[in-house]
Amino acid sequence: MLKIKNIFLSLLLSIFTSFAFAAGEMHEPMHPDWSFQGPLGKFERAELQRGYQVYTEVCSSCHSMDLLSYRNLIQEGGPEFSEKQVKAMAAMFEVEAGPDADGEMFMRPAILSDKFVSPWKNEQEGRISNGGAYPPDLSVMVKARPGGADYLYSLLLGYEDETPEGITLDDGVYYNIYAKNQKIAMPQVIYEDGVEYTDGTAATEVQMARDVTAFLAWSAEPKLEERKRIGFKVIIYLIILSFLLYFTNKRIWKDTSH
Amino acid sequence: MSDDYQPQSAVAKWIDKRLPIVTLFSGHLMQFPTPKNLNYWWTFGGILTFCLITQIITGLVLAMHYIADANLAFASVEHIMRDVNYGWLLRYIHATGASMFFIAVYLHMARSLFYGSYKEPRELIWIIGVFIFLLMVATAFMGYVLPWGQMSFWGATVITNLFSAVPFFGEAITNWLWGDYSVSGALLTRFFTLHYLMPFLIFGLVILHIWALHVPGNNNPEGIDVVKGQDTVPFHPHYVVKDVLALVVFMIIFAGFVFFSPNILGHSDNYIQANPLQTPEHIVPEWYFLPFYAILRAIPDKLGGVIAMVSAIAILAFIPWLDSSKVRSCKYRPLYRQFYWILIIDFIVLGYLGAQPATGIYLILGRLATLYYFLHFILVMPLIGYIEKPKPLPKSISEPVLSKEEQLAKSGQMA
Repeated sequence: MLKIKNIFLSLLLSIFTSFAFAAGEMHEPMHPDWSFQGPLGKFERAELQRGYQVYTEVCSSCHSMDLLSYRNLIQEGGPEFSEKQVKAMAAMFEVEAGPDADGEMFMRPAILSDKFVSPWKNEQEGRISNGGAYPPDLSVMVKARPGGADYLYSLLLGYEDETPEGITLDDGVYYNIYAKNQKIAMPQVIYEDGVEYTDGTAATEVQMARDVTAFLAWSAEPKLEERKRIGFKVIIYLIILSFLLYFTNKRIWKDTSH
Repeated sequence: MSDDYQPQSAVAKWIDKRLPIVTLFSGHLMQFPTPKNLNYWWTFGGILTFCLITQIITGLVLAMHYIADANLAFASVEHIMRDVNYGWLLRYIHATGASMFFIAVYLHMARSLFYGSYKEPRELIWIIGVFIFLLMVATAFMGYVLPWGQMSFWGATVITNLFSAVPFFGEAITNWLWGDYSVSGALLTRFFTLHYLMPFLIFGLVILHIWALHVPGNNNPEGIDVVKGQDTVPFHPHYVVKDVLALVVFMIIFAGFVFFSPNILGHSDNYIQANPLQTPEHIVPEWYFLPFYAILRAIPDKLGGVIAMVSAIAILAFIPWLDSSKVRSCKYRPLYRQFYWILIIDFIVLGYLGAQPATGIYLILGRLATLYYFLHFILVMPLIGYIEKPKPLPKSISEPVLSKEEQLAKSGQMA
């Protein structure tokens, strides 16, 4: 009996562990320490702020973030820029508004309630500008890929100068260790000093990849801090309640032989 | 059981004279005589009721913010996650809740199978339960389609396409289901409507399930009939408190998923908006459907696969008559008990295989596991009843308790 139960348990475990990385098509990504890992993890404001800078100055020329509004950058649990800062940052983008009293559409600077301005008018424009491959929206990207933040971080740093022998790359396809089949349509975009951080941090490749990945982790899960904070309280509450119930139950059944 | 209840307050008396609802609740939720030897495997009924009500309440609020439209559904779910007050909490409870619901229902069914709760005189309770399970499967499947992510879309495509296996009318049926010539927004709106309706049908069946249960009363780990009074305790407070204790422990695990790992039970592809032009590499259903998915794929013929998958659930409704043994509890069935555990392992293996590509060794194992699944019910269950020599049953449920106490007393004396 015990043996059967052991087999049963080990099978149960294997179900939950076998989903991750199938076959040899993908390499296990790097696993850097993230501040937002773990049951009490939080984002680092400075990291998110730098990450926003990397997104705006590097990624946003190809990738949209349709689900985010500029006001989100102020919200608690995010980069927490000041309202003044975000108003100025939003005003750097132009959005179409209207129609005005004459029935004309017009351009105006973006305001807090506007969604992040997309680099493309539509998907077709994005495709034609990128050799047919549409750069996907990044709003929930961290949740949309197995491996999440680890995978994106690794992918950003997975480019190598030399393509190994035996791998032939078509036009517009690049070699990347962590991409599926080691091929990806996105060229390397993270280079040392690719941005000049406003807080003076040295913009190494690792630093930039790390910052922008943290920013994307936040954008995919903007309520992460609140969730973990509430969850901690809920679980403590339930554990205390379960102890009380355990003793109540014991007391109630005291006089019943069963 | 409710004859000894007299309403006390004037209001209760007034109501009870006109509609004996106070007597009804008092009889069924307070005084109901319950075997005193029920173990914690009997707490899943209450847990499942909690799951259903949680899903209905969270679902109701989600439906206030969700938009069932192929172009807007995905963004409306993200709107719930980002802008609705505690929307993330509601959605994660609802999504995780589906998984927790299935964990509980599988354990509830496994308990019934082990202790023979499906046997005379409880056949109808079990059969209603099979229908509840069937509705749960349909509801969960349709719910998974609503966020209109890649897995939603392609899961819906795979499953609705199964109807095309019906001879002659297959195509007409699928087109009728889709309301279109492919999976599209028309399917999304009708799935939303049905997903909203079905929990209330489940709720109705749950009432029948409990009603039917309260005619013969609970089965128990010994699987023998109980003597009222001597072997029973009132439902309240004994089982109310015990059930709530189990429920709170269940909620700790539930909360662990909701707050600390809300996406682990889902598939990352469902955070990509549905794209009819791009098929995901592996289309996998939610984990709780995997055993049935493995059965579907084990049969090389499409129609055969569909029949096998449907039969895998339908056959459960017949086990009160497939099981030829009169002994209910596996505690007293040394031979069948072994096969019971083989069935459980077989089901888990099927779940594992459902997540693997249907090729090579996985396919062969899938076929063997499917074969055993059906053989268990068609062959093993009827035959063992004749071969097996059950252990002697206790005369009453108080007897094994007493003998245990006697043993304790004896060992106490020796020490």
